[in-house]
Formats: sequence, C-alpha cells, structure tokens
Amino acid sequence: MVPLSYYLILSGILFACGVMGFLIKRNLITVFMSIELMLNGVNLSFVAFAAHWQALSGQIFVFFVMVVAAAEAAVGLAIIIAVYRNRETLNVDQVNLLKL
Amino acid sequence: MLHLILFLVFGAFCVAGAVNLLVQSHPINSALSLIAVMVSLAVEYLLLGAEFVAAVQVIIYAGAIMVLFVFVIMLLNAGEEEKTRGSRVAIIFGVPSVLLGGALVAWVLLRRSGTAAVAVGALPGDPKSVSMLLFQNFLLPFEVTSVLVLIAIMGAVVLAARPEQAQPRKKA
Repeated sequence: MVPLSYYLILSGILFACGVMGFLIKRNLITVFMSIELMLNGVNLSFVAFAAHWQALSGQIFVFFVMVVAAAEAAVGLAIIIAVYRNRETLNVDQVNLLKL
Repeated sequence: MLHLILFLVFGAFCVAGAVNLLVQSHPINSALSLIAVMVSLAVEYLLLGAEFVAAVQVIIYAGAIMVLFVFVIMLLNAGEEEKTRGSRVAIIFGVPSVLLGGALVAWVLLRRSGTAAVAVGALPGDPKSVSMLLFQNFLLPFEVTSVLVLIAIMGAVVLAARPEQAQPRKKA
C-alpha cells in the first residue's frame, strides 16, 4: 500500500521541474521537452486517482493525453525546424519576432 | 512493503532524471534523461496496476516521441545553450518561486489527504478492460482523436516542408 499523497507529490515534483525548465532553459527544444515533462506529471496523477477511486476512465484520459502529446510533438518539432530554417538559432531570446 | 520500496526507488529515478534534464546544458543529454524519467514512470504505472498505460508509455513516449526529439536535435545540430541576461533573471526569480509553489502543494497534500492509500492491483488496467471502456463509452472521443492526429500529420508536413525554391528566370 503506497499512500495516494506520495504519488501526488511525485507528480507535483515532475510538474514543478517541467515549469522550472520552461522558465530557465534557453534552448527551444529543451523548453519543449519540459512541456512533455509537465504532461507526464499530470498523467501520473490521473493514474493514481483512477486507482484510488476505482474508476478506469482515468486511464482512458491518460491515453487521450498521450495522443494529444504525440500530435503536439509532431507539430511543435515541425515549427522548430521551420524557425531554425529562418533564424539559424534555437535560442528563445533571439526568437522574439513573428516575422523577420 | 515491497511496493513502497519499488515506488521510492523508481520515484527517485524519476526525480533524478527530471533534475538532470534541468542541469544539463546540451539538449541531447536532456533528451536522454527525459527517456529515463518516462521509463521509470512506466514502472510507477505498473505498480498502480495500469498495464496498458505502462506499455503505451514505453512505446509512445519513450519510443516514438523521444525518437522524434532526438532526431530533430541531430538534424538541427543543436549545441550547448548559451546563457543570456534574460536566462539569469529567469533563474533568480524562477527557481525560488517554483520551489515555493512545490513546497506549498506538498504541504497541502500531506496535511489534507490523510491516510488514503492506493492498494496495488486493486483496479484492473489490462488491455481488455481498458479497450472495453475505450470502444464503448469513449468511442466518439476516440474517433475525434483520429481526426486530430490526421490534422497534426498534415500540419507537420506543411510546416517542415522546404519552402519552394524561387524559379530561375527563363531566358527570353
């Protein structure tokens, strides 16, 4: 028996690490990876609550979150490639204009 | 007891990977530590009895999505990130505020959630019961998801496609 709060705290730590990476990292790809880390933290709390309340639909929602994350990764990385092609940089401080 | 030990070991792996993601300055190192986080999370899902989610976590996240990330990192030849003045300001203000927020959440959870415990394997998360629910109660969202994925594929192709080369002028 693992207390529910342990799972939630682990999920909170992962989410906080994601937020921190989003704030302090300057590389566009690493910022994007931090977003994936946040999604993973949320997924863990979904599964923990599903087990706690005996509701299988929590796991279905994890499935949907994963599908959205996959779609987001595909489109986001395509955008990163397009940005790099135009700017020749991946530093978010230098990508501050929508149009050159 | 064994489950608690497994939870703590793989939770420590998770946190170590997440912190390593923040500390490393080269994106490929961050990507590899993110893979470690995802695989340890799959073990946590198994401890919660969610077999299907654990398998999908390894296949989709640690497999497909991270391969895409590593591929893009290598394609763009991304190097060490350079520090700018903005990033130092972000570290000075971002790290304490995130730590404060995390401590607040942990305190509330430990205070309020009491002794609620998750029994291991109490909920069947095998592919059969998940797919029974997915293809009966959640059939419409599932179909909408397929449209979403189709749109994402088309968007990725359009965005990443090389812009048309300017046609060379024909000689008169």
